[in-house]
Amino acid sequence: MFLRPWNFIPHNTKIDFVAKRWWGFSATLLLTLATVISLALNGLNLGIDFKGGILIEAKAPQAVDLATLRGALGSLNLGEVTLQEFGSPTDVLISVQRQEGDETAQQRAVQLIREKMGTSYEYRRVEVVGPTVGKELFQAGVLATFFAVLAIAIYVGFRFEWQFGVAAFTATLHDVLVTVGLYSVFQLDFNLTAIAALLTLAGYSINDTVVVFDRIRETLRRHKATNLKDVINDSVNQTLSRTLMTAGVTILALLPLLISGGPTLFNFSVAITWGILVGTYSSIYVAASFLLYMPPLRRIDLKKK
Amino acid sequence: MLYIERWKTYFIIAVCLFGVLYASPNLMGKQTLAWMQANLPSVLPTQTVNLGLDLRGGSYLLLQVDLDVVIEERLQSLLDQIRGDLRKAKVGYTDLALKDQKIRFNVTDQASGSAVKTLLREVDNAMDVHVEGTSFVVAMSEAQLFERRRLALDQSIEIVRRRIDETGTREPSIQRQGDDRILVQLPGMDDPERIKNLLGQTAKLSFRLVDEAASMDPTQRVPPTAERMPSQESDRQNWVVQKRVMVSGDMLVDAQPSFQEGSPVVSFRFDSQGGRRFGEATRANVGRLFAIVLDGKVISAPVIREPILGGSGVISGNFTTQSAQDLALLLRAGALPAPIKVLEERTVGPGLGADSIKAGAYASVMGLVLVIIAVFITYGGVFGAIANIALLFNIALIFAALSFLQATLTLPGIAGIVLTIGMAVDANVLIYERIREEIRLGRSAIVALDAGYKHAMSSIIDANLTTLIASILLFIFGSGTIKGFAVTLSIGIVASIFTGVMLARLLTVWWTQVARPKVIPI
Repeated sequence: MFLRPWNFIPHNTKIDFVAKRWWGFSATLLLTLATVISLALNGLNLGIDFKGGILIEAKAPQAVDLATLRGALGSLNLGEVTLQEFGSPTDVLISVQRQEGDETAQQRAVQLIREKMGTSYEYRRVEVVGPTVGKELFQAGVLATFFAVLAIAIYVGFRFEWQFGVAAFTATLHDVLVTVGLYSVFQLDFNLTAIAALLTLAGYSINDTVVVFDRIRETLRRHKATNLKDVINDSVNQTLSRTLMTAGVTILALLPLLISGGPTLFNFSVAITWGILVGTYSSIYVAASFLLYMPPLRRIDLKKK
Repeated sequence: MLYIERWKTYFIIAVCLFGVLYASPNLMGKQTLAWMQANLPSVLPTQTVNLGLDLRGGSYLLLQVDLDVVIEERLQSLLDQIRGDLRKAKVGYTDLALKDQKIRFNVTDQASGSAVKTLLREVDNAMDVHVEGTSFVVAMSEAQLFERRRLALDQSIEIVRRRIDETGTREPSIQRQGDDRILVQLPGMDDPERIKNLLGQTAKLSFRLVDEAASMDPTQRVPPTAERMPSQESDRQNWVVQKRVMVSGDMLVDAQPSFQEGSPVVSFRFDSQGGRRFGEATRANVGRLFAIVLDGKVISAPVIREPILGGSGVISGNFTTQSAQDLALLLRAGALPAPIKVLEERTVGPGLGADSIKAGAYASVMGLVLVIIAVFITYGGVFGAIANIALLFNIALIFAALSFLQATLTLPGIAGIVLTIGMAVDANVLIYERIREEIRLGRSAIVALDAGYKHAMSSIIDANLTTLIASILLFIFGSGTIKGFAVTLSIGIVASIFTGVMLARLLTVWWTQVARPKVIPI
């Protein structure tokens, strides 16, 4: 054997997850509260995809003097113009608020900015989103997230029992909400890519929850006499090694993207990484623990088999 | 005992071979590919993954056609016709006006009601006519509205295509989107200013006589048969031109930029009917001024020195070489039935695209390497190898499917692949952890393997199906780059079920047949 497996992941654990659920519930409550408070106070830093407006990424031959450029663009009277260094000192990201009036006003503003900045810049990215499309994209994004979570829960409800569906729905919604909270607390640019991140982590989170549920169902069938607390504890412990391995491997795969994927994908990678952590945690402390407070599962399950 | 039917074995091998075959063009250089396309039989795949505009650079424009203008124009011409017919029939009327896409008027004499109805039917039979006492409301029927809007959108798409083709843009994609939108994608275009400029004009051209009797003073009233228009040559000047059109631009068959006395001009040629009309009009009006009107502005208004009979002529004006070229292009491509505006624009320069590909490729390869190492460490030389081989085929299958379906790979799509790498391993993790459990329970080698696969299956299917549901919804509701991400993720999930379950299982069976293990090295 040229390479022996190294069984470093803990197994045969007997952690009493259910007894520690109050810690979990407190953490959940804290995260949810933080999200709600931050949303109420800071709101979301909506990107131009949803708010409408102009985004220009430009590269100069030498380091950009942000103050001078800010002054020059400020003199155009285009309302709020923000400049930030983007990845390197020669790169600048300019975002301009949505212009009053219709789509032609946005186009005119872009022309003005280009004229002001001159031809020495390389325009790496120009995005202009008019008011109509921004609103539509936002609605479509919110709808997509909501329906995705709902559809997943309905599927779980059919495959298992409805109690599992409700628990999965709550857990996934929790993960999505708490990640929206991450965007709000750190005022990350909430754009179309953020929606993709939310839906991806919804998929991951439910994936993780389903694995735990699957084991709970199996244990229920096998040991009819054991009480639900023990069933949940056993199931979570038995799947723990898999949970840690998969979460670890996925984060490992994302790590290079996080470090060197470039500024465009940075927020995306952060959100997904956070989502994996939260999703793993919520499978145990939101989804599984939630089952304890639901009408009994045992009898329904027994009737079937 | 682990056993796989023979047909399943062949199927798995066939899928893997096809995967490698269809993914392989992506690894080759452009020249090799061109050679392959030219010299190899066409059954062999030569298609590569279609890179999205955010990766290869280019411009994405979402246009909206103001179709209400088409409806209003049609109603306005109906209104003019109704007014004329009412006058001709000597029917007294009041308050004839167009409001909210409806023509309303009152008839002074109630007795003429039925005559008016017949008259309206002769104007346009398909119109909805409502009569209340002496007041008439004429509107277009739902079917008519739908049909006119559809036609106008189709025509707009055609004109947009012609205009873009005329600029020499390579591989443009122009698609209808929804009821009144056009999606234009221009690969490699890093400054769409000229295209936006060209699409921003309806380019309705007409030749009309100047009303020389009317005053040039913009505060003065103009006769009802004429209208005041700004001049394109200077901001202060304006012209009063007749509403009646001598010849309109849709009778042009060709227009080219050229030079006359050193200045840029546009020379044009009419079709035979237009040429005849132009000839007659110029013959009858020698010595008068005729205005060349484009989109409500007078380009120029030269004197008709002699009848122009050849059916061709020259438009002079305040042109630069570029603007003469653009006008000629617009005239050749034809007028848009309605104005167009840009709702959304996303342009990515070639530099950023290349950088994104580089960063994405680096991150994916690094992620892959890290995962492969981790899997080897955790599951050892045999099962680690099986999981990793499955993972590599998984990636090959993703690229094969993307190339085969000609789906678009976007930057978030690359992130999707990276994520799939992590999640593809999950199927094997589930199985392997289960096998370890079974071994701990004291089962023999082969029984543990078998039980591991059997028990892990429902978790794998449920877990992946739920993710698939999420990504399908992402595809339905998402737009642009997000759709690309959803496609990549969906393909990745399906591929990972195949490689994680079927391929890895086949490899495991082969290994047990060869090694006949007493102990499972896991």
